[in-house]
Amino acid sequence: MSPETVTAPAASPVKTERTQARARAARNRKYLVLASRVALLFAVLGLWEWLARAAVIDPFNFSMPSKIWDQIHTWVVDGTAQGSLWEQIWYTLYEALLGWIIGVVAGVLLGIALGRIRFLADVLGPYIKVLNALPRIVLAPIFLIWFGLGPASKVASAVVLVFFPVFFNAFQGAREVDRNLVANSRILGASNRQVTFQVVIPSATSWIFTSLHVSFGFALIGAIVGEYIGATKGLGLLVAASQGTFNAAGVYAAMAILAVVALLAEGLLTFLEKRLFRWKPAESGADR
Amino acid sequence: MNSQTSPAIELRGASKAFRTPSGALHTAVRDLDLTVGRGEFVAVVGPTGCGKSTTLTLVSGLEEPTEGEVLVAGEPVRGIGDKVGFVFQQDAVFPWRTVLSNVMAGPRFRGVPKAEAKERAREWLARVGLSSFEDRYPHQLSGGMRKRVALAATFVNDPEILLMDEPFSALDVQTRALMSDELLELWAGTGASVVFVTHDLEESIALADKVVVMTAGPATVKEVFEIDLPRPRKVEQVRMEPRFIEIYREIWSSLGEEVRITRERGAVNVA
Repeated sequence: MSPETVTAPAASPVKTERTQARARAARNRKYLVLASRVALLFAVLGLWEWLARAAVIDPFNFSMPSKIWDQIHTWVVDGTAQGSLWEQIWYTLYEALLGWIIGVVAGVLLGIALGRIRFLADVLGPYIKVLNALPRIVLAPIFLIWFGLGPASKVASAVVLVFFPVFFNAFQGAREVDRNLVANSRILGASNRQVTFQVVIPSATSWIFTSLHVSFGFALIGAIVGEYIGATKGLGLLVAASQGTFNAAGVYAAMAILAVVALLAEGLLTFLEKRLFRWKPAESGADR
Repeated sequence: MNSQTSPAIELRGASKAFRTPSGALHTAVRDLDLTVGRGEFVAVVGPTGCGKSTTLTLVSGLEEPTEGEVLVAGEPVRGIGDKVGFVFQQDAVFPWRTVLSNVMAGPRFRGVPKAEAKERAREWLARVGLSSFEDRYPHQLSGGMRKRVALAATFVNDPEILLMDEPFSALDVQTRALMSDELLELWAGTGASVVFVTHDLEESIALADKVVVMTAGPATVKEVFEIDLPRPRKVEQVRMEPRFIEIYREIWSSLGEEVRITRERGAVNVA
């Protein structure tokens, strides 16, 4: 008999103590990680500030955290040259979101359709490859000519950036559906339509969702680049305007705001995904 | 034969060849003649990879024979019929559906109203002993429980023909014996004809009325053995009976040869 079983009756208080100790250790580790993160942030920002103030790096070109903070503060309180900061954020978000939605819907529909209908895939396949090979960001100036300075040209560049990753993932997802699952549903009596809607689409959702995370970033890029090239409102215009007046702090400040916006959107998407994928086994190490 | 009209399943000189990715023609089964009477439980045994599963896909209508004929209830098979149930080797439950919803899938696909489908699904879940798990998702169940869900999902469609492709091979030995007993119980109430593919000779004798031994691939029927063990059977007990061991020895002398041929071929391929 093993020693554990011999001491089993007396083990319970020892065990709870041990469990507590383990929980404490886990908690401590969490705090340590958090503290280290904050410390790292302050170290980097502090170093930057110090180097700029000591004129090791040129503050005019590289700016410094305190100036960037001041710039954000000014924008929040007094507004930007193009109007209030919130309006700029809203414009960019609106363009990115609209472009994202259009791109996602088109990508998913076409991806599933081509994944399911072989004929379509064979006919359209090469053209889609050619379009994908094109560096799509160069389309932004063309869209500016076509659709003008308003939001439409930014939405269009967001759409072309979003469409392809979503399309390829949906296509792949539709192609890689478990063959057993399809065979089983057909035996159970599913029609082609039912296979598409109740087997292919649900099993492609995890593929599609992976692309949604990446593609929202792309939508933001599309909107920002569009605004940067020419616009009347938006965060991209803020970057362009700051650059035009050699205001390095302004460029960094716009970048910081963009990062926050992107992170919030990402958080929202993760939340939705968790609700949608209750059927999936929890991945180990998923809690980052 | 105890059928009123035609046998449940009839294969006449059926062959099936596939194109391999390299372009060569691979014959999985050739010149297959097999008759399954109504309500009969037939087990098909053969060496690994000999084309046993192909036989099932031909009967189910998932694949068409290259040559010969496949008849179900006297009618040639054209596409997937609604009389057929199929239990796969791997898990084929829908991971995004709950247990109840999985069992409801068949009737719902076939246009049964939701309330009735739910009622029938609950009934079959009760029979496989999973009533209290109806809201779980498949990943929350054990392998044996998932198999039970698959059985319930198949039986809820009232199949006249039940095709099973090594359904229990992924389970551990104890669970497998338990599932075999449960399968016999479920089947006893339905009068369905069963074709049960396995490479486990013990399992096939314990379950079936008739054991069909296939040759090394390309597969064809080598010999058919009637199993005269009385029903109802309990898998764990029937294995101990002298008659069982006698039958086992008899069939193994036929099957063992094919297994050896397959093994030797494998050895040649490796060398």
